Amino acid sequence: MKIEVIFERMPQFMNLMKVIKIADGTLLTPDMDVDIEIRGGYGADLMSDVLAFSQPDSVLLTGLTNPQVVRTAQMAEFRAIIFIRGKRPQPETLSLAKQEDIPLISSPYGMFELSARLHKAGLPSFESNDL
Amino acid sequence: MTSRTPTEQEIYGRRGRLITDRDATEISRVEELAYELKVHDVMTADLKTARPDMPLSQVLEILRVNRISGVPVLQDDQLVGILSLEDIVRAMQKNELSAPVSQYMTRKLVTVSNYDSIIKALQAFTDSRLGRLIVVDENGALTGMITKGDITHGILTALQRDYKEEELRRYRASHLFEDIISDRTTLVLRYQIKAHDFMHGGNASSNIKRALLRLGADPQIARRCGIAVYEAEMNLIIHTNNGGILKLEMEPHRITMSTTDDGPGIPDVSQVLQAGYSTASEQVREMGFGAGMGLINIKRCVDKMDIESTVGKGTKLTMRINVPFEKPSVHKDNKI
Repeated sequence: MKIEVIFERMPQFMNLMKVIKIADGTLLTPDMDVDIEIRGGYGADLMSDVLAFSQPDSVLLTGLTNPQVVRTAQMAEFRAIIFIRGKRPQPETLSLAKQEDIPLISSPYGMFELSARLHKAGLPSFESNDL
Repeated sequence: MTSRTPTEQEIYGRRGRLITDRDATEISRVEELAYELKVHDVMTADLKTARPDMPLSQVLEILRVNRISGVPVLQDDQLVGILSLEDIVRAMQKNELSAPVSQYMTRKLVTVSNYDSIIKALQAFTDSRLGRLIVVDENGALTGMITKGDITHGILTALQRDYKEEELRRYRASHLFEDIISDRTTLVLRYQIKAHDFMHGGNASSNIKRALLRLGADPQIARRCGIAVYEAEMNLIIHTNNGGILKLEMEPHRITMSTTDDGPGIPDVSQVLQAGYSTASEQVREMGFGAGMGLINIKRCVDKMDIESTVGKGTKLTMRINVPFEKPSVHKDNKI
């Protein structure tokens, strides 16, 4: 097999540290390991949409800050959550995230701007119709 | 001689980065082992020895043949010193390999008891700056020698034993159904879900998913079950008067999940199965739920979904996922 073909078939990764940098983000769970690989991005404010149309191992961009966001992210197997437009989560959200080991990040950008920045930097869209 | 206790970092190192909570749990297991393991668990008991009048060249041969780096020196069964490779190197620098052991051996003897914990030996290493310690029994008689390498090896062996025990536990969990012989074996998980308890919404589903993975379920099936029961659990929280029961029944070849509640009941079941139909309050919608997609999501995740409802009596939602006999060779997760 040609090397280029192998590279094409290899999944794309972006380190969470790089994601945070591109998002101009603040890590809200400072004790957590951010040296992890993110495979794609997905953005929504509807939790049912997140459950229905996302794929595992990606980062969730959302404007919601309640604890259900963490539960939803856990069930849909997200690796991290970014709150858009500088939003800060409720204390219960933060403690649930710590319990489930899901890093929380706050970014000053809105949903469209942040999606565009991450996509432009090479993070693929993880929106899908397949389960 | 200093009596400073070595820090964790000196003993275990930091692997070049900050210690996270996850690392901390690993470290504490090593720490635990350092207290649990005793010197006699890791020491070298089968000792080669030297006499003070032996020429160094002869000891060098003993070290080489046995692949060791030091020996205790005995005179008439009495311990008088230790000779290590380092001592021999000093002698080689002066071209004195024919000199007797007594001339180059280390007379400073630091001993540890064979029932001491490893952590005590580590302290003795740091305090004495020696490479090997003498191990004595309760009567003070020589029983062995211990090096830092012995400690590392001992801890790694113990961690490996831990790991194997954990693997065995996992194996037992995932072969639960094969090991139990009956006409029909099922495992039932039952959760009481409170109405309007948004704070804990999803806890039961999270536990269900963890249990399925623990029992060796295919990750893709665990994901489908997890999403289906999560939507169903949220429905109990959002829509019921008094909450309800979330139940998962696991059999070798299928997983059946259900929710039952005692009201209010659904007037027209066909209506709630339409995408976008919702009776959820504004508060629920603000939380990202109640978009009228829950049941449709569930239907996508499961192989069979049934909903029975009587107004004033309650609703029963049943979801079934078939578990294939053999793992499909290419499963859906491999896309991307």
